[in-house]
Amino acid sequence: MHYYLDFERPVAELENKIEELKNLADGRDMNIASEIEKLEKKARDLRADIFSKITPWQKTLIARHPERPYSLDYIDLLMEDFVELHGDRRFADDHAIVAGFARFQGMPVAVIGHQKGRTTKERIERNFGQPHPEGYRKAMRIMKLAEKFKKPIITLIDTPGAYPGIGAEERGQAEAIAQNLQGMFLIKTPVISIVIGEGGSGGALALAVGDRVLMLEHSVYSVISPEGCAAILWKKNGSSVGQKEYENASEALKLTSQNLRDFGVIDEIIPEPLGGAHRNRDEAASAIGAALSRRLDELKDKSFDELLEERYNKFRLIGELKEENQ
Amino acid sequence: MAWFKKEKNKVSKKVKVPEGLWVKCNSCKEIIYRKEVDRNLMVCPKCNYHFRISAGQRISLLADNGSFTEMGQYLASKDPLNFKDQITYKERLKDSQKKTNIKEAATAGRALIGNHPAMLVVLDFAFMGGSMGSVVGEKFVIAAEKAAEEAMPLISVASSGGARMHEGIVSLMQMAKTSASLARFKETGLPFISILADPTFGGVSASFAMLGDIIIAEPKSLIGFAGPRVIEQTIKQQLPENFQTAEFLLEHGMIDMIVNRKELKQTVIKLLSLLVEK
Repeated sequence: MHYYLDFERPVAELENKIEELKNLADGRDMNIASEIEKLEKKARDLRADIFSKITPWQKTLIARHPERPYSLDYIDLLMEDFVELHGDRRFADDHAIVAGFARFQGMPVAVIGHQKGRTTKERIERNFGQPHPEGYRKAMRIMKLAEKFKKPIITLIDTPGAYPGIGAEERGQAEAIAQNLQGMFLIKTPVISIVIGEGGSGGALALAVGDRVLMLEHSVYSVISPEGCAAILWKKNGSSVGQKEYENASEALKLTSQNLRDFGVIDEIIPEPLGGAHRNRDEAASAIGAALSRRLDELKDKSFDELLEERYNKFRLIGELKEENQ
Repeated sequence: MAWFKKEKNKVSKKVKVPEGLWVKCNSCKEIIYRKEVDRNLMVCPKCNYHFRISAGQRISLLADNGSFTEMGQYLASKDPLNFKDQITYKERLKDSQKKTNIKEAATAGRALIGNHPAMLVVLDFAFMGGSMGSVVGEKFVIAAEKAAEEAMPLISVASSGGARMHEGIVSLMQMAKTSASLARFKETGLPFISILADPTFGGVSASFAMLGDIIIAEPKSLIGFAGPRVIEQTIKQQLPENFQTAEFLLEHGMIDMIVNRKELKQTVIKLLSLLVEK
């Protein structure tokens, strides 16, 4: 049984019916294969139709889908010999960020990603993918190791945001994020960042200063969550905000991969299987793999100075400015 | 016939208090005579709370008389999202410009501080909460690049709620951009002094503001990553007293010192004379 989002309900009913029919056919040796095939095509078309017009808020929900593959899933599907490394050597090991070395298409790489949990227990252990300062400091430690050992870095972005808590503030959440932003401009090795789910504000950006920044088709990346934005704009005098306001806020924020490509903030959209990456993990992973190997290839002959210069200019040029006389 | 005559006009005869003659302190909530606060560099004489001051006031406080020359003053935002809530972002910008008499939340330029040449970037909280969008990001970066080019120390004064939501992802990217400029600036061997005023949060604290070689905060300023209300809602606990104050940050090793406004310029001059070769 799949987990369906509200707007997928029409297709969910159909798919459940197909499932029932299949069970029936199995048990009684009835020949309804052609009927099933017809229904399956109908379900596919219906899904394609629904997905051809999904709203930014619906995209946000897909990006947060509980079955969506997380960093460790992609590491497992794309890489071999993953050795996870732990701890920031200062305070603790943050389970909301995983980091280590692995082999991608035979080549050793450093891989760092936000990690959400799937079961309730895992979610709590991973703090819902919301890192503390030590997570960002661990990430920077591994990036420095990658630089030292001359391995490219792949970062996977998937977080609602950096954790807003007492300990996080006491240990310098702002400073930890800022240090990564600054530090990543000095790392002398190629960096490729891929937003695989939620790109939640500064907590996402702190791993996403890449020479190339890619986004999965149904991922989102934003300065604030639609809920946060809606609360600021419309939660006045005790009035509550809901679905409609979230729809409006996600529309206004322009947070989809298509929007970000139009702004020139990302380099490429990686297509997802129909219905989202969770509908076919292998297909999603292989699309990521293809993009990664193409992008790594692009960067492999550049000198470190060239890389740093281009990385600087890439971000230096982002801004929507004009000159206005008094 | 009434037994007693009502004195009908008494209310209107009450002495009118001109607007703004008195101010309420954000910290101790005392009502104070405004002139007294003005004379005290906008610091509460009762509790030493440092009121938020405008970019102009901040510059006259730090820069030697008449030494400040502004850069990038014509930069304006293109409104990348075409953003609108109750009013459009474009209208909001115009309102803020009218209210504050400045064009954007950041003012940048060259100055002399105790005769030391320095590049200065100052945020003004009154302009859309001192939020960082394209213009603030660009002004900071121009300042850092020029400072490196002209071998001058860089000094910023933050007072901001964070990134400017109205510019969406483009404002988020200003965090990366300003941090990038500091990565380069720091290779010059010149100091970057970051001064944190009340309040410094979000995308500004999580980028250039917390990257100072030396970080100075004004007393009782609130400084942090997430706002206290967001934290309270997340953890569903009361926050410790003193949480996210400059004093709390000093205690936790996040800033170098807390300096009273009246000693701020002297402290900066002392640091510049120790760290910059003339």
